[in-house]
Amino acid sequence: MLKQTEGSRAVAEAVALCRPEVICAYPISPQTHIVEALGELVKEGTLSPCEFINVESEFAAMSVAIGSSAAGARTYTATASQGLLFMAEAVYNASGLGLPIVMTVANRAIGAPINIWNDHTDALSQRDSGWLQIFAETNQEALDLHIQAFRLAEELSLPIMVCMDGFILTHAYERVDMPTQEQVDAYLPKYSPRQVLDPANPVSIGAMVGPEAFMEVRYLAHAKQMEALKLIPGYAAEFKSVFGRDSGGLCHTYKADDATTMIVAMGSVLGTIKDTVDEMRAAGHKVGVLGITLFRPFPIAQVRDALQHAKRVVVLEKSLAVGLGGIVSTNVRMALSALPIDVYTVVAGLGGRPITMRSLHALFRKAEKDDIEPVTFLDLNHEVVDKQLARERAVRRSGPAAEAILRDIGLVAAKL
Amino acid sequence: MFQVRIHGRGGQGVVTAAEMLSIAAFEEGRHAQAFPSFGSERTGAPVVAFCRIADIEIRLREPIMEPDALIIQDPTLLHQVDVFAGLKPDGYILINTNRSFEELGLGDFVRDRRRARLFTVSATELALKHVGRPVPNVPLLGGFAAASGLIRLDSVIKAINDRFSGKVAAGNVAAATEAFNIVRRELAEAMEVTQHA
Repeated sequence: MLKQTEGSRAVAEAVALCRPEVICAYPISPQTHIVEALGELVKEGTLSPCEFINVESEFAAMSVAIGSSAAGARTYTATASQGLLFMAEAVYNASGLGLPIVMTVANRAIGAPINIWNDHTDALSQRDSGWLQIFAETNQEALDLHIQAFRLAEELSLPIMVCMDGFILTHAYERVDMPTQEQVDAYLPKYSPRQVLDPANPVSIGAMVGPEAFMEVRYLAHAKQMEALKLIPGYAAEFKSVFGRDSGGLCHTYKADDATTMIVAMGSVLGTIKDTVDEMRAAGHKVGVLGITLFRPFPIAQVRDALQHAKRVVVLEKSLAVGLGGIVSTNVRMALSALPIDVYTVVAGLGGRPITMRSLHALFRKAEKDDIEPVTFLDLNHEVVDKQLARERAVRRSGPAAEAILRDIGLVAAKL
Repeated sequence: MFQVRIHGRGGQGVVTAAEMLSIAAFEEGRHAQAFPSFGSERTGAPVVAFCRIADIEIRLREPIMEPDALIIQDPTLLHQVDVFAGLKPDGYILINTNRSFEELGLGDFVRDRRRARLFTVSATELALKHVGRPVPNVPLLGGFAAASGLIRLDSVIKAINDRFSGKVAAGNVAAATEAFNIVRRELAEAMEVTQHA
């Protein structure tokens, strides 16, 4: 059924249709609305049987999720930003133990400086944790990906993060097609765990493993993730046959035929990029787009296939590998190794800085002429950076940088 | 695509207004995208929310920098925030006030703009009268429907009933309807002036 609703609400309703049996929740904006809505659905009896557990922290949220998943319950939680970091130790345990938890990450920056706005730093900090990571472009896709995530997680017995841009998607009202319970039931089989804590058939989960077997257990995690690359296209096709729309998959091209310049990105910024590319195509520019839906496992072969005919690739990412440049672009470069293609890293939208069509037009036009730096920071105010650097050269006790920069641009933190 | 920017203060239902506008457009079979300008949420602090309306899927995710219409829920913002930034030359302005554009000190600013784009309605008074609370957002949506002709009053009423129920819904419907009628009269007068000019 078509409805106009908030991204968080749409995800909550879709998760409810997946019949989770345990939801543990610790609120951290911007995912709070998701678990709030699920809490209401459990309380009013719409989502039943399901136990909604309020926990005391994100670390507890993931610990409870591990326990309930090990006990054989379909388990869901959501987090963002510092919350994800706070649960990091348990995040690695969930994947190491092979527990198919589904978790929404409503993507947000990581402090310091304190910032509540969107970027991809939180999820990408956990890219090597052993969780699968999929990124939604729209609220419709966010909703759909949760349904696919439970199917995939439980088949592989691995946990999945469904990443959606905090605020930009979670707080946006837009049209979504909400599936029926019958459709979701037809697509998502009952959870049949590979391992379960069952008093009738006791097992222990979480053995200590020494040097004689640790490599093998870890290799298995890698091998299982690589299996996902084969499973996902089939699940996306089946999704289309049940729900009637394309959602998920590994990666997607847009206007890529004959493109000499390819733009690569993840998440909601793809919409703004596509609108920009439409205008550039109309003006005769040979520019196309690759949207990466699946970031872990990274679809190396498909990314290479999609980009190999381009002359240059611009990876626009909402993340920064401090001391290196890009995170997504490093992965893309690996996919393109030994190909004569220039790969540019463009760090954009950190801490919620708007990514505008105007800036993208200018950036892509410069990129077409190979007139950008290998690592470019979109819309960076070089003047305030230079001023701070000068200050630090001039005075030993130059003081806190963030506060000085806010003063320079005439803002007071308390008025943000 | 038609882009609306709503300015107000925390507690005036700015974000709710954008969301309800998107629901009203959706009710008419159109695509709509509403989102707030994210920031710390404090009562009284300046708040901005956005709504795009189009006949095809809306992919653009940037803030609205060149609006086709402005709804200003609190006229005291006029001297604090650059509410008119980027407004298109033929853009609509709807202000919650019982004063005229001239009395608000906007005479020079609107001199070259079409009269049939400039509207005021005392939305806070209408809200107090019909809902009993000084929340001007919903009556302004009624006014916006009349000013722009972009959405029908019926659709605003559907959005009200989607969001509220009981007495609050009924009060808001009454307030939105009265605002719609006031602005429709302003529009008719503006058209008459234009015709005679």
